[in-house]
Amino acid sequence: MFYREAGDFKTTYAADSQTFPIKFDRFRYYAVSFVAFLIIPFVINDYWVNAIFLPFLIYSIAAIGLNILVGYCGQVSLGTGGFMAVGAYGCYKLMTAFPEVSIFFHVLLAGGITSIVCVLFGLPSLRIKGFYLAVATLAAQFFLVWLFNRVPWFYNYSASGQINAPERTVFGIEVTGPNTEAWATYLFCLVFLTICALIARNLTRGTQGRTWMAIRDMDIAAEIIGVNPLKAKISAFAVSGFFVGVSGALFFSVYLGAVEVGEVFGINKSFLVLFMIIIGGLGSIFGSFAGAAFLVLLPVLLKNVLVGMLGWPTDLAAHLEFLIIGGLIITFLIAEPHGLAQLWRVAKEKLRLWPFPH
Amino acid sequence: MNDMTHDSYTTEDGRTIGGVVMEMKNITLRFGGVVAIENISFDIREGEIRAIIGPNGAGKSSMLNVISGFYVPQEGDVFYKGQKRPPMRPYQVAQQGIARTFQNIALFEGMSVLDNVMTGRLRQMKSGLLAQALWKGKAEAEEVANREAVERIIDFLEIQHIRKTPVSRLPYGLKKRVELARALAAEPSILLLDEPMAGMNVEEKEDMSRFILDVNDEFGTTIALIEHDMGVVMDLSDRVVVMDYGKKIGDGTPDEVRNNQAVIDAYLGVAHD
Ligand SMILES: Nc1ncnc2c1ncn2[C@@H]1O[C@H](COP(=O)(O)OP(=O)(O)OP(=O)(O)O)[C@@H](O)[C@H]1O
Ligand SMILES: [Mg+2]
Repeated sequence: MFYREAGDFKTTYAADSQTFPIKFDRFRYYAVSFVAFLIIPFVINDYWVNAIFLPFLIYSIAAIGLNILVGYCGQVSLGTGGFMAVGAYGCYKLMTAFPEVSIFFHVLLAGGITSIVCVLFGLPSLRIKGFYLAVATLAAQFFLVWLFNRVPWFYNYSASGQINAPERTVFGIEVTGPNTEAWATYLFCLVFLTICALIARNLTRGTQGRTWMAIRDMDIAAEIIGVNPLKAKISAFAVSGFFVGVSGALFFSVYLGAVEVGEVFGINKSFLVLFMIIIGGLGSIFGSFAGAAFLVLLPVLLKNVLVGMLGWPTDLAAHLEFLIIGGLIITFLIAEPHGLAQLWRVAKEKLRLWPFPH
Repeated sequence: MNDMTHDSYTTEDGRTIGGVVMEMKNITLRFGGVVAIENISFDIREGEIRAIIGPNGAGKSSMLNVISGFYVPQEGDVFYKGQKRPPMRPYQVAQQGIARTFQNIALFEGMSVLDNVMTGRLRQMKSGLLAQALWKGKAEAEEVANREAVERIIDFLEIQHIRKTPVSRLPYGLKKRVELARALAAEPSILLLDEPMAGMNVEEKEDMSRFILDVNDEFGTTIALIEHDMGVVMDLSDRVVVMDYGKKIGDGTPDEVRNNQAVIDAYLGVAHD
């Protein structure tokens, strides 16, 4: 009874298709934005920003991107790590080649470059599906990492083969480099996440989202009602690539500052983001957030509780983490493909009826 | 084209049937050794209800698949609105205003009824990716306009109560109706229905017949339908094509077809030589 839609009648179709049709949800959204933009920046410190907030914000962007491709359009991808690397290296090349341009635009442009690369590697999706597409994107993953390792132009011929983010500012405040403040990097990433989430939400609730879902649910029927499969799949790869590229650019420039491609953007990254959307919920923006939060928090929590409080050895805690994630993936895949987001919806439905279950 | 195609006439119940809007000419379709359609020609006139009947495996669904561009016949041509149709992908056929339903329901199971029907309006959606991403102005206005059109169809087919229900939870009969709604949402000039009443009980069949007649009557939509229930076919259709083993064995008004010896033989199962 606390959570309800009764009495919250829609009198226009526009109101019915808004992002949060239920007043209570809208209110919660404003509350979360308020806290995120106006409270957290004042209380955040270096530990929190590096251990939790930056990874959460950046992985959320990547998860939204992958969810559009996998969850909405039904095209499997195991190339997320490689595509994040494209964003990172794109951003690095732009930052060093055009130091006078704002990093804000570098990140956006890096997203654009990744979008194009992602479309190129997505072209096989017109012919192949499922397992075979997964293998093709896996090839993209290995090829891209190999490319950034082997072609010195990408890392500006640096001796270490690494890329390092130079110091850059936004409105005179440093957001990359060694001397950044926690709140500044946090806000910078938060702005990108907000933009990406709004775009994703707008796209998925309208024509484009329905087109993607039609391809996902039954591509033959989709084509017969007038969906051009080429356009639908390519646009999913493009939009997805943009988000993943932005996340890769931020991961490198703001979060890590220095990157060795094989270590940071290897196949593990692809699986991590894929696990996020499986646990969070395929085909749900909220699920992308939930999955990212879960997989960012889990290791931190395990480390603090098991190692910090109970004194377990670190490697034992790490192994337990693998066990938990593996178990959850299997559980969700079998029992609840729509992930945490669906559990949340079910809980809301229960709440709506509570305390009168019938 | 001959003069015949431009004659229009009025039916007993006062509907106007126009000239030929679609013509199939000498269509032959083979799957390896199987000849699914053998040299068949027939036409569909504007505003009529055209039935295609025949025993199982006669090639009726294959014929609809040729019309919707899903199968490419080895021989023969399709004329649409007087013009020979070049080879086309199914989505291009759909964009020309030909909508259809399937013998085995082909709805988007992961989406709500409303979203399913909204997908039917792709042809009317014009705003680009960027406009949609920003969801302002044109994209939103378009969404609202299309939603209004879709709501009219939802009212028309009496499925308001399941608007927000995921399609996967619906019983068979309602799914068939939602599929019809999705096809209607496209405001097609030709509607192809592959066994719209298969597997329904008498009451559901009556509802569906009424909807088909209403669609034809109110929107003037040309309809080509495949149906096994002879009573339904005779009641609904203006003209009937009869197929058997990939060949056309009859074509005419329900009365003509009913009295055609070849048709009677096919349905009574007289041995083929
Ligand atoms: N994709 C295909 N590949 C191979 N053979 C096919 C294919 N589609 C149809 N056929 C064959 O073509 C013939 C006609 O099939 P079709 O589905 O058109 O019959 P139908 O008249 O719709 O029958 P029903 O009343 O059972 O739906 C059958 O022999 C069928 O096996
Ligand atoms: Mg059939």
